[in-house]
Amino acid sequence: MLLLGIDIAFLIEKVILISVILMGSLGIAMYSTWAERKVAAVMQDRIGPARAGWFGLLQPLADGIKLFMKEEIIPDRSTRFLFIMGPCLAMLTACMTSAVVPWGPDYVTASGHVISLQVADINIGILFVFGVVSLGVYGVMLGGWASNNKFSLLSSIRAASQAISYELAMGISLIALLMMTGSLSLREIVAQQHGFWDGHWFTWYFFKQPLGFLIFLVCAFAELNRAPFDLPECDSELNMGYHQEYSSMKLGFYLFSEYINMFISSAIIATLFWGGYNFPFMDKVAAGVHPLLFTLICVMALMTKIVCLILFFMFVRWTLPRFRYDQLMNLGWKGLIPLALINMLITAIAILWIFKS
Amino acid sequence: MEKLTNRSVQINRDPMTLGEKIYIPAIAKGLSITLSHIFKKKATTSYPEEKRPFSPVYRGLHILNRDEDGRERCTACGLCALACPAEAITMEAAERKPGEEHLYREEKYAAKYEINMLRCIFCGYCEEACPKDAVYLTETLMPSNYTRESFIYKKEDLLIPEHKKQDHK
Repeated sequence: MLLLGIDIAFLIEKVILISVILMGSLGIAMYSTWAERKVAAVMQDRIGPARAGWFGLLQPLADGIKLFMKEEIIPDRSTRFLFIMGPCLAMLTACMTSAVVPWGPDYVTASGHVISLQVADINIGILFVFGVVSLGVYGVMLGGWASNNKFSLLSSIRAASQAISYELAMGISLIALLMMTGSLSLREIVAQQHGFWDGHWFTWYFFKQPLGFLIFLVCAFAELNRAPFDLPECDSELNMGYHQEYSSMKLGFYLFSEYINMFISSAIIATLFWGGYNFPFMDKVAAGVHPLLFTLICVMALMTKIVCLILFFMFVRWTLPRFRYDQLMNLGWKGLIPLALINMLITAIAILWIFKS
Repeated sequence: MEKLTNRSVQINRDPMTLGEKIYIPAIAKGLSITLSHIFKKKATTSYPEEKRPFSPVYRGLHILNRDEDGRERCTACGLCALACPAEAITMEAAERKPGEEHLYREEKYAAKYEINMLRCIFCGYCEEACPKDAVYLTETLMPSNYTRESFIYKKEDLLIPEHKKQDHK
């Protein structure tokens, strides 16, 4: 059946996939807030939330209800439209990136129908990710600016300059990776990392691009506005930063979008550097089990990697103190960008050398 | 200038070395410290379920004691109120009528006895001042509440329940 030239079965399949991914990322973001508090607690010799449900597992729901019930205040002097736009934009851009992540290998049904576990296999996947990530800063920018509060404005300026500075290093570090992959499609990049060991070297790009991974990781921290680069929300000098004037669920959206961003960027890092849904001995597993089960195992492998990365993000947050603003800029412009350029050069030489011999 | 203590350390303001500039060794060190804390004993006690042992001389909520026959010991002498540094205790005395000998130990008793728990500093001076062994500080923690009025504890709140009545129930 065709509707406007689109197969309806295909449409339904994609709608289901999008809903699952959206629900999944919201659920994971919800429990990230719980995990963050637990991680913070155990690292500070406390036990963390333990009252709401078993091990405090209902805590995110309680927090959500609290945020919804709270009084909504829109400052009189704020620009109302942009004030409301801010958190919406932050949430929208946070959810959009998940479209290009391949969550698992294609599942081929018995009748030969191929179900792709990727919402959109666009051949410029990484470019799309970068575009959306750059849009993400508008949520913070508009929110801070529209609040008509000096601290919020300062914080949003900080956020914007930080995002721009670190996107450069992030982009350059990825160019080195892209020289090896020869493709911008995330699906293609994951396919290249099939298995774990190709007979000569590890297939995962982390082992081919360790420096690139390090730069990308640091930049991801900065892009996420997470500690040690959480200058936009700097509680010590800017009170709460860009979301100081926000209350109720608008504040919740900002806080929540940070966790979704964390989940998505973990997914992107896992896809680019840690082999995506690939895992060691996957060919042997594929031969032994039902295709559907194999697909599920692959999804679980990716999820495991994502969860480990999220835990690492939290781990770093509760360990390191916040950078000073000049240190942040020094690290970005004088440290990471030259390093990324050198990495690019080394990669280029290595590729040339390998192809010659 | 002479130093006050020998603990002061001169701040090292040398420019960072390359090892310090790449931050990674320092970050790894920090992460290992926080990692080790994950396995340490937790300092939290989950209060209502789990109670920290109190010292035997802990001073908590007050009670008004009764004697072995279940009669109120307090004679409203006012020494506790006088001893109280926070002026939290007030009382009104009354004379025992004939036929009330089973209720009050002596000829005079406290018709009204109030302790304002918001003023009380739990010093225990009232306990020390009492010549009749009537007021005691127990190990009970002061419960929280919503109104100021509820923190003014009346005689009924402070008096320990009568043994005989409890036995009948």
